[in-house]
Amino acid sequence: MNEMQKLKFYQKGTLTVGNRLVDEASRNVQASLDRSNSLTCGHRACQGCGEALGARYAIDAAMRASNRNLIAVNATGCLEVFTTPYPETSWQMPWMHSLFGNAAAVATGVAAAMRVTGKPATRVVAQGGDGGTTDIGFGCLSGMFERNDDVLYICYDNEGYMNTGVQRSSATPPTARTATTPPLGKETGNVFGTGKFVPKIAVAHEIPYVATASVADLHDLEAKITKAMSMHGARYIQINVPCPLGWGAASHDTIRLARLAIETGLFPIFEAEHGRITHVRKIRSQVPVVEYLKLQRRFAHLFKGGVEDPRVARMQAIADRHIAEYGLLEPVAGAA
Amino acid sequence: MKHPYAITLDVGTSRKNLTGSWRTLRPEYVDRLPPCNNACPAGEDIQGWLSHAESGGYEAAWRALTANNPLPAIMGRVCYHPCENACNRASIDETVGINSVERFLGDLAIEKGWQFALPATESGKKVLVVGAGPAGLSAAYHLRRLGHWVTLREAGPLAGGMMRFGIPKYRLPRNIIDAEVARITAMGVALELNSKVGDIEKAMVDGPFDAAFLAVGAHIAKRAYIPAAGAAKVLDAVQLLRSMEGEAPPLLGRKVVVYGGGNTAIDVARTARRLGAQEAIIVYRRTREKMPAHDFEVEEALEEGVSMKWLSTIKNIDGGTMQIEKMALDEKGFPQPTGEFETLEADSLVLALGQDVDLSLLNNVPGIVIENGVVKVGPDMMTGRAGVFAGGDMAPSERTVTVAVGHGKKAARFIDGYLRGQPYVPAPRHGLASFDRLNSWYYEDAPATVRPMLEAARRVQSFAEVQGGLDETNALYEARRCLSCGNCFECDNCYGVCPDNAVIKLGAGNRFRIDYDYCKGCGLCAAECPCGAIEMVAEAI
Repeated sequence: MNEMQKLKFYQKGTLTVGNRLVDEASRNVQASLDRSNSLTCGHRACQGCGEALGARYAIDAAMRASNRNLIAVNATGCLEVFTTPYPETSWQMPWMHSLFGNAAAVATGVAAAMRVTGKPATRVVAQGGDGGTTDIGFGCLSGMFERNDDVLYICYDNEGYMNTGVQRSSATPPTARTATTPPLGKETGNVFGTGKFVPKIAVAHEIPYVATASVADLHDLEAKITKAMSMHGARYIQINVPCPLGWGAASHDTIRLARLAIETGLFPIFEAEHGRITHVRKIRSQVPVVEYLKLQRRFAHLFKGGVEDPRVARMQAIADRHIAEYGLLEPVAGAA
Repeated sequence: MKHPYAITLDVGTSRKNLTGSWRTLRPEYVDRLPPCNNACPAGEDIQGWLSHAESGGYEAAWRALTANNPLPAIMGRVCYHPCENACNRASIDETVGINSVERFLGDLAIEKGWQFALPATESGKKVLVVGAGPAGLSAAYHLRRLGHWVTLREAGPLAGGMMRFGIPKYRLPRNIIDAEVARITAMGVALELNSKVGDIEKAMVDGPFDAAFLAVGAHIAKRAYIPAAGAAKVLDAVQLLRSMEGEAPPLLGRKVVVYGGGNTAIDVARTARRLGAQEAIIVYRRTREKMPAHDFEVEEALEEGVSMKWLSTIKNIDGGTMQIEKMALDEKGFPQPTGEFETLEADSLVLALGQDVDLSLLNNVPGIVIENGVVKVGPDMMTGRAGVFAGGDMAPSERTVTVAVGHGKKAARFIDGYLRGQPYVPAPRHGLASFDRLNSWYYEDAPATVRPMLEAARRVQSFAEVQGGLDETNALYEARRCLSCGNCFECDNCYGVCPDNAVIKLGAGNRFRIDYDYCKGCGLCAAECPCGAIEMVAEAI
């Protein structure tokens, strides 16, 4: 068998959740019959919710990595609201909620409590949406990073305050329509040049581990959670989770949109250790941003009357900048 | 229990909240017909046997394959694989090498000596099969599997029909035919060689037989009237290829002209080269595009030094000189004479202009209808005479080994229904699994494996097999290139991508079930199913 054949040994199932040709132990957590289903049925997330999916992917993987010895601290946000309307819960694990902005600080406290009560094997994750992470909870998060507290913080990034009616957050992309950036006036939708990409800020804290991931690449996501759980100290993973309601997309397109976010270059997938980028997930087959934008009504004003707004080109420029900055494309053979 | 304001449930799990009530569309698992299976004239469940081969279960794969076709090692060499032409993988990279995996399984079965299972029960009915070509062998095999006693009568000295007396050795080595025929006779099929059936009615009474399947093939060469003078050496293709099985190879001379444009013409020209002819020239009245011969065979012939003369007809022959008239295609694509002539020198001329069927065994049989030189059969393969069925080249069809094998199987099933007094009703077909139903993202790029070919220079020196086979490692690789179009291959995608945990995994081999108590009908499972085995159906609201 030649090398090429070895690499592509499972042509039908290399990228799927499971694969009957792979032994049980090497399959994804999500393919196993006994996955913990930390976030179980009956939750009130919208149809096709990317965050519900991302949270189960991430927490199930963390559960396996910690031998199901895990406590989750949740910021306010969709994830908290749709899973725990009092008095019911969808969490099949120890889970607590305090305020919108303090999940990182509460998780720090839980981790300290575990340490002083002699339960070092009990691991702690904090989780929240982009609003609770990049805006409201950012001070607590930065503090947790600089103290190098033993917490894995997971941000489910759906690019806005979806729970309260789709308002802009500092993770909302330019031109996107939200309740606070309506498609009115000259500069319709969110403006260019604002917002922040927290993974880069996390890298700048030089904490042990930072990664981005996506619900469109389960293999990559589970590997990153598992790696993060094998380490101690402050760790941060931001997962791109499309929101059918807030983005104005079909519920069956959630994973397709997450995939397009990667393949356009708009959402770069990488990991970094102690302040240095160590790995980048390459684009498999590059697509123009138009294909991503057109599936979402939050960008519909860019294509009004069949005319493409010049700002589409600026969105493409953002994707191109990411591609150049992170080296998202495989080098072309023969190119200098 | 009375709940406080705004509270609807007791303390506890959200599993009490049956979110399935939100649904307007419901996902349903479906099985669709893969295009390969749809295209196979022998009705093979290609995807089914490939899925066994993918996990290295070669014997299970071979058994699944031979449930429809008892001749995989032969078919893996001579089938024109319409399955591959239909394969959806062509839209991703290249089609799956189904034919090469089939040959691998067929060869492995011969090597390992795998045998067919004997029928569990005997029906006590007797069936006469006339002609031991692919259609007759296939019918005999399937009838025997169904528990009937089969007598297989062959006019020739050996079984195989046109596979032996028409297809040259370099495409189909004779030990392969022998091995696959022996496996069928080992099931208890009584093979009677050198037994020409001259009168079917008499043979039925003498048996006595409860039914008969006729597959005598088309062995009479068509002739064209070419005025000949002098000592012109003119042969026909059937006669030539048949004589290749005898002891003394025919003498053709240094320069051979073959007249015709079908696969037989190609076979003759390539055989002539192997017999030592310096030049083998195919003369055909139309163009290469219009040639009925398969393109890859034309290509292989050209590699071996066969030359082609398009748009030409032979007007007359005088000794070693032929007069050729140039043709031109009219607007309808038919060749028309131009009045331009040229001469061609040759030692012999072989006519490969098609074959007719010897229908003499049907003389005086009431109810039989002959149309265009072949026997008319119904959709159940029965002729106008009750209990007498026919197939292969003597029935209206495309004349290939694969079609003949398919006829044999189909006829066997209808004969079985006829003998049991319960007419066979074919199962309804699933809808086609077309490429647009797949989510091709999940298929990794994997170019096809190319079968080794004997070098052209070495080919013309002997009748050694031209095309090589796969070995175990690359056969496994090739099998795994199958996309499993339209049928669940248990990739766990639906189980993984459901945001509501509403897909229940039933364990290896048992696929999945939707938990409609919680399924909100988002459609992610259907959208992310690689092979299109989930459909969204509107709920009755």
